[in-house]
Amino acid sequence: MATSTTYGAREHARAQEGTRSDTMPVLPASDWPAPPDGVAPADLVWAETVAGGGYTHKVLARGTELRLTDLAGDACAHLLLYVAGRPWERLNVADTVKVLWNAYLGEGHLLLSDQGRVLASVVTDTSGRHDTVCGTSTLRRNTERYGDGTPHGPAPAGRELFTLAAAKHGLERRDLPPSISFFQGVRVGPDGGLTFTGSAGAGASVTLRAEMPLTVLIANTAHPIDPRPAYTCTPMEVLAWRARPTGPGDPLWQASPEGRRAFLNTAEVTR
Amino acid sequence: MTLTDTPVLDVTVPARAPWSAIVRAGQELTITDLGGNQAVDCLLYDAHDTAVRYSAPDTVHAQGGIFLTTGSVLMSNEHTPLMTVVADTCGRHDTVGGACSKESNTLRYGHHTYSQHACVENFLIEGGRHGLGKRDLVSNINWFMNVPVEPDGTLGIVDGISAPGLAVTLRAETDVLVLVSNCPQINNPCNGFDPTPVRMTVR
Repeated sequence: MATSTTYGAREHARAQEGTRSDTMPVLPASDWPAPPDGVAPADLVWAETVAGGGYTHKVLARGTELRLTDLAGDACAHLLLYVAGRPWERLNVADTVKVLWNAYLGEGHLLLSDQGRVLASVVTDTSGRHDTVCGTSTLRRNTERYGDGTPHGPAPAGRELFTLAAAKHGLERRDLPPSISFFQGVRVGPDGGLTFTGSAGAGASVTLRAEMPLTVLIANTAHPIDPRPAYTCTPMEVLAWRARPTGPGDPLWQASPEGRRAFLNTAEVTR
Repeated sequence: MTLTDTPVLDVTVPARAPWSAIVRAGQELTITDLGGNQAVDCLLYDAHDTAVRYSAPDTVHAQGGIFLTTGSVLMSNEHTPLMTVVADTCGRHDTVGGACSKESNTLRYGHHTYSQHACVENFLIEGGRHGLGKRDLVSNINWFMNVPVEPDGTLGIVDGISAPGLAVTLRAETDVLVLVSNCPQINNPCNGFDPTPVRMTVR
């Protein structure tokens, strides 16, 4: 197609509509071909496949459920959460492990803000391989390990991807606290040493429930202590749908005294 | 710059109080636990660019473990060294527990603790003197605090292993702003339920 004229260039550009790729958002999300069991297509609000080494971000309403799926077994979902519209309230990883008395994420864990409230709860988890202590990778470290860490290079660093995602919500590098990651596990030994347990395999998924309106940032990039010499990261499926936040009658609300008080604090600002 | 026996700074930080100082590249900061088992919450910033600051996760994954002691390099969020632990008579310090806040105290102990002092307040008060705000607070070091992790992931602040006179010495690898909250916590064993003063010496 001749693109030497504005008319030709326009025709060429418009002819691309309808092209599908393996990693792309689907709009509207209700067009996603395989909604989760029990979810009506019309309730889908986010349907995307994120490339290995890619990132994504979205604002989700309170109550929305967000399912991340490790399609091929080598995804790693580095996650940051902020309260939508007031990003000075954000994920606090230290409180998330300390208040819940557990360093390992799994079903029933609550992701806490720095204001003593629940940002999200872990509704289901078929992976069990997650990490709260290692954070994500940096430009410097990926350059040392893989020869490159730039966002458009072959081994994008998580912090660089977070920087881009954050910028699209008016946030800067100073707004990037420690993150958590799903689908690549780390265990802590009695001497404090770390063991990388890697992936649970293809198809593992984690479902989070937004307990407050959230700005969600996700970087899908190799875990910082992944021992493999080659940068390895595979695509991740992201689906979200309208649902209800945890209520006082939900077993999760009463699962622990710390969690109950966190939900009470959350209710105080979301009524 | 040469190290001398005469400190350029030697102060006692009262129980519960905040403190900060710029430690120049090559200088050494010694934190002495005067009363024993006093948790010293600590954040580090590149003195010339505070967007570059202590990163607990980078420190943990760079050294392959969550406990700090002699030889540990305290890394920034850009994965550059800020300070190195060059001496430590305590033997273990915490990287994962973070700071107490009035808000987290309501979850950990109950809403009756909301009126009490907390480290985040100290960080905001002292950090504000250097242009730092809430967005600049990240997971911090807790000198002298003991936070073991059990095989099932259970984690918590337990009785300290520090004692009066034990100390940790940090060498600055670049000009570093050190921000400290001498933890006011009285609801858990991090201070033996009794906050005490600490001594800060820069040579």
